[in-house]
Amino acid sequence: MANSGARFCPRLEERSTVAENGQINPGAKNGIIARISGPIVDATGMRSAGMYEVVEVGSLRLVGEVIRVSGDVATIQVYEDTTGVKPGDVVLRTESPLVVRLGPGLLGSIYDGIQRPLDQIQKHSGAFIRRGEKVSPLDAEKKWLFKPLVKEGDAVGKGKPVGVVQETGSVEHRILPKPGECGTVVEIVPEGEYTVESRVARLKGESGAIYDVFMAHQWPVRNPRPILERRYADAPLITGQRVIDAFFPLARGGTAAIPGGFGTGKTMMQHALAKWSDADIIVYIGCGERGNEMTDVLTDFPKLIDPRSGRSLMERTVLVANTSNMPVAAREVSIYTGITMAEYYRDMGYDVAIMADSTSRWAEALRELAGRLEEMPAEEGFPAYLATRLAQFYERAGAVTTLGGGEGSVSIVGAVSPPGGDFSEPVTQHTRRFVRCFWALDTTLANARHYPSINWLTSYSEYAEDIRSWWEQREPSFPALREEAMEVLQLEARLQQIVKLVGPDVLPDTQRFVLIVAEIIKNGFLQQSSFDKVDTYTDPERQVFLLGLMMEFYRRGKAVIAAGSPVVRLHEMKAVRKLSVAKSTVPNGDKQAMADLRREVGEELEALEAEYQK
Amino acid sequence: MIQEHGLEYVGLGKIDGPLVFVRRITDVGYNEVVEIIDREGHPRIGTVLDVSDEVAVVQILEGTDGLSNANTRVRFLGRPMRLPVSSEMLGRVFDGLGRPLDNCPMPFSGEERDIQGDPINPWSRQYPRDFIQTGLSAIDGMNTLVRGQKLPIFSGNGIPHNRVAAQIVRQAKLLQEDVQFTIIFCGMGVKNDVAQFFVRNFEETGVIGKVALFLSLANAPSVERLLTPRTALTLAEHLAFDLGMHVLVIMTDMTNYCESLREIGTARGEIPARKGYPGYLYSDLASIYERAGRVKGGEGSITQVPVLTMPNDDISHPVPDLTGYITEGQIVMDRELFQRSVYPPIAGLPSLSRLMKDGIGKGRTRDDHPTLASQLFAAYSKVKQIRGLAAVIGEEELAPLDKIYLHFGDEFEQKFLKQQEFEDRTITQTLELGWDVISILPKSELPRLSDEFLNQYYRQDVAERAANKQAGKSDSEAKKVAVPAQDAAKLESDQE
Ligand SMILES: Nc1ncnc2c1ncn2[C@@H]1O[C@H](COP(=O)(O)OP(=O)(O)OP(=O)(O)O)[C@@H](O)[C@H]1O
Ligand SMILES: [Mg+2]
Repeated sequence: MANSGARFCPRLEERSTVAENGQINPGAKNGIIARISGPIVDATGMRSAGMYEVVEVGSLRLVGEVIRVSGDVATIQVYEDTTGVKPGDVVLRTESPLVVRLGPGLLGSIYDGIQRPLDQIQKHSGAFIRRGEKVSPLDAEKKWLFKPLVKEGDAVGKGKPVGVVQETGSVEHRILPKPGECGTVVEIVPEGEYTVESRVARLKGESGAIYDVFMAHQWPVRNPRPILERRYADAPLITGQRVIDAFFPLARGGTAAIPGGFGTGKTMMQHALAKWSDADIIVYIGCGERGNEMTDVLTDFPKLIDPRSGRSLMERTVLVANTSNMPVAAREVSIYTGITMAEYYRDMGYDVAIMADSTSRWAEALRELAGRLEEMPAEEGFPAYLATRLAQFYERAGAVTTLGGGEGSVSIVGAVSPPGGDFSEPVTQHTRRFVRCFWALDTTLANARHYPSINWLTSYSEYAEDIRSWWEQREPSFPALREEAMEVLQLEARLQQIVKLVGPDVLPDTQRFVLIVAEIIKNGFLQQSSFDKVDTYTDPERQVFLLGLMMEFYRRGKAVIAAGSPVVRLHEMKAVRKLSVAKSTVPNGDKQAMADLRREVGEELEALEAEYQK
Repeated sequence: MIQEHGLEYVGLGKIDGPLVFVRRITDVGYNEVVEIIDREGHPRIGTVLDVSDEVAVVQILEGTDGLSNANTRVRFLGRPMRLPVSSEMLGRVFDGLGRPLDNCPMPFSGEERDIQGDPINPWSRQYPRDFIQTGLSAIDGMNTLVRGQKLPIFSGNGIPHNRVAAQIVRQAKLLQEDVQFTIIFCGMGVKNDVAQFFVRNFEETGVIGKVALFLSLANAPSVERLLTPRTALTLAEHLAFDLGMHVLVIMTDMTNYCESLREIGTARGEIPARKGYPGYLYSDLASIYERAGRVKGGEGSITQVPVLTMPNDDISHPVPDLTGYITEGQIVMDRELFQRSVYPPIAGLPSLSRLMKDGIGKGRTRDDHPTLASQLFAAYSKVKQIRGLAAVIGEEELAPLDKIYLHFGDEFEQKFLKQQEFEDRTITQTLELGWDVISILPKSELPRLSDEFLNQYYRQDVAERAANKQAGKSDSEAKKVAVPAQDAAKLESDQE
């Protein structure tokens, strides 16, 4: 195995513990397995092992991580199935924490929870994942065209790039020294083709230390990458999803949770966000969910065109897939693998969005491992540190000034799968404390095929105010429109309470009109089908147009009712249907179609207004 | 099936429910197979759940009844549980561990497979898209099954889910290809008559030669059920991915399977999650359900139709809940429909097929299918609301449009959902029926259907009849309620 495979076993060849025939000899630094219980293994002779040190377990050299050291005994969580592992087997130490390899080639890849590329695994072991596969995360052979940005004698500050590589058609990869390393350039390679193993620059630090800058470097997954400072998140991440952008917006560098029972649309929503949100980079983490959903992304994304770059969406996407049938310990770590990659691109000055589907499965992995460790459980069997871990994860989001002084952000959208769809359970409750956007999915709406089934009465976004001025600069009318529409929806909810008891007939016409307009907003704005080409993505301009026209209909309708028109005259207008279907009949940027619709609706209203003017 | 003999020990440390503890052991691996030979010399099979240098915890799949500490010999076989696989297993009956139950010899097999299986690499999966016509409108029209999907039936005690499952097996076919499904039936904790019902069904339709049965019936030791689905799926994988067959796996009843898992967890003194079920129930179920699918470059497929009964008809019970979180949708049986003798009693709203989107539409079923289904769901959900309202204010007091909705609801249930047990509808018949019932509603109530489809398929005559029927009735009521007169006017305008 070349150096590239050295992620889990640095300088393997040099180690005396592996004999020439590949047999492992117990060495001084290695441990002996004392007990195996599922993914948890105890080993003795591990006094000097560090927390979170990576080890290799048994004759198949399964990858594991030390999660507890007590005297001579280390407890190890193993990222692969432990069938056949025996007491007495050897545990090989690597003296390195679990790291991800960061460099060109991440984009467009699909990894398992511990950053093994699944396409490479397929080459070795076929359609089914065999245990003990060791594959390098980045292709060690592939040549990348490196363009230096500095020359000898230049000073390179912390977090500043020494050169760039065009990683994909849409993303320029900036080659950064490891966080914290900086100095004067003493060596820089000329423009040319290099692999991820190549050293491209040497820096001489103030103290005289020499730092080698490689095309790729490693970073421990459980440590957040350093930044200069956090910035206030005041720009929205435009998602093209109407209910989100208009009513419950997410900020760049913000956090959001999507809780919902099974089949309410969490995954579809995350796929939609991964496709259409205007982030530069997407990290999609399939954490304990279905295999086919990852396949769906893999087949769908390369075909979809990013409306901004005009390139395939896969070119800005990294996938981490640790599906429900893959080992549970690797599920626990997949979240960290994903977020570390996100931070890396953030440090280049990009806006990154992470989709984590589902954080509940990650919490359950924690629970399962804690159970095996016989730890004292808190609520519903979850360990007492659940809240801390969730907080640490969401804390890694943020809009920041990078070490290099640029601006970047990591936004996190986490799906939550509450048992029985009951939001009072621990994962939903704790998550709520750490996120500022809460998109509550509703089983009743989903059952009525109202998608996205975001309940507009129980969801909230604390960013709505923060990003107000951003909108006011671009679409001054939008914040007010959004409030007006929300009032209609809330009023409707109250009226529905009455309707439920006595039927709609007792309501006066003005109130029945509210029901009609609310229906238009629900059908024509809130509902958004991911399967309709025009409907699936609505740019801000079209959102303003649709909501604006609906609210105009509301205002003028109210007035004409006040002037004496019966509500049924409004209900029977063609405008009602037109407004309800405009989301899929009036495409983005089609000025003509928008003008036509505005005129048609206007004419119909005018006719009625004329009738009741006298 | 077990010939090779590994390490042998005499005497057990402790017996506790389905678990035995064997002390002073060496060279025993996690998850390996154990053979326990009781006083009478009968072997029982177990697997190692936990092993340290002192003790191995073994779950005995055939129960611990009659085992004693002394005089019992224990053999560790040094390998995980395996199943010899071959296509000759079709037409045969096995127990949960894959041993013949039909008094015929074990079929010849050149290959043994670890029944745990390896996870399918998500990169290697092929996204399922081929529409399976089951001939049931409730499924084909509203919750389409595709080849390689895992679509469970959520039912309740006493509801005829077995008849529905049997009808699916009988009628399932692909439109384009003329390939028959190979069927694997996996019975866990079900009574013998359920197994017999399916066998009879297979015989009558002449497919019995293409069926392999794995049975751990109610009278078999409950722990055996933990292996039954894995044994069955191991054969399924061989047939699908090595031999290129299209395999349909029926697994019933998953609730019984989960109970056995709970039993083991309790015996081990584990901290339970919800309702006493172990915290790893989700992962455990996933290791079964995720074995459905297709792989790139492979011919075959595994389609799973697991059946489970919801305790107290409660869909939020951990078994249906966690199943729903793993499978690609669910077909939910509804007790109320059943009591009103609607067969198949498939609930309109909570049922869902997630892979439907890619299996239907233009070139697969028909271009209007996706939006028609979506509109039927939306309209039916409105029916449910209005029925609730009617229960409060009385049906008479409803607005005319609401009454039309009720009419639609009845017709939807009686004409679209309801069908005969031996009635095999084509997808075109199903869609036409869908238009027959949706056309009861005025066009203005159908925002999900495009003008194009409305022009092509909407039944003007049906709409008129429904409106006239309503108008006829509401003449006398018009004086009573003030507003409906306006609504009636609106209805007339809709008919133009
Ligand atoms: N925006 C949408 N447009 C159209 N259909 C949708 C939309 N959102 C959800 N759906 C429908 O709902 C189904 C379930 O959605 P999804 O798979 O996202 O649910 P989920 O919440 O992730 O469920 P689980 O927790 O079980 O993973 C989809 O297969 C699709 O049919
Ligand atoms: Mg999902």
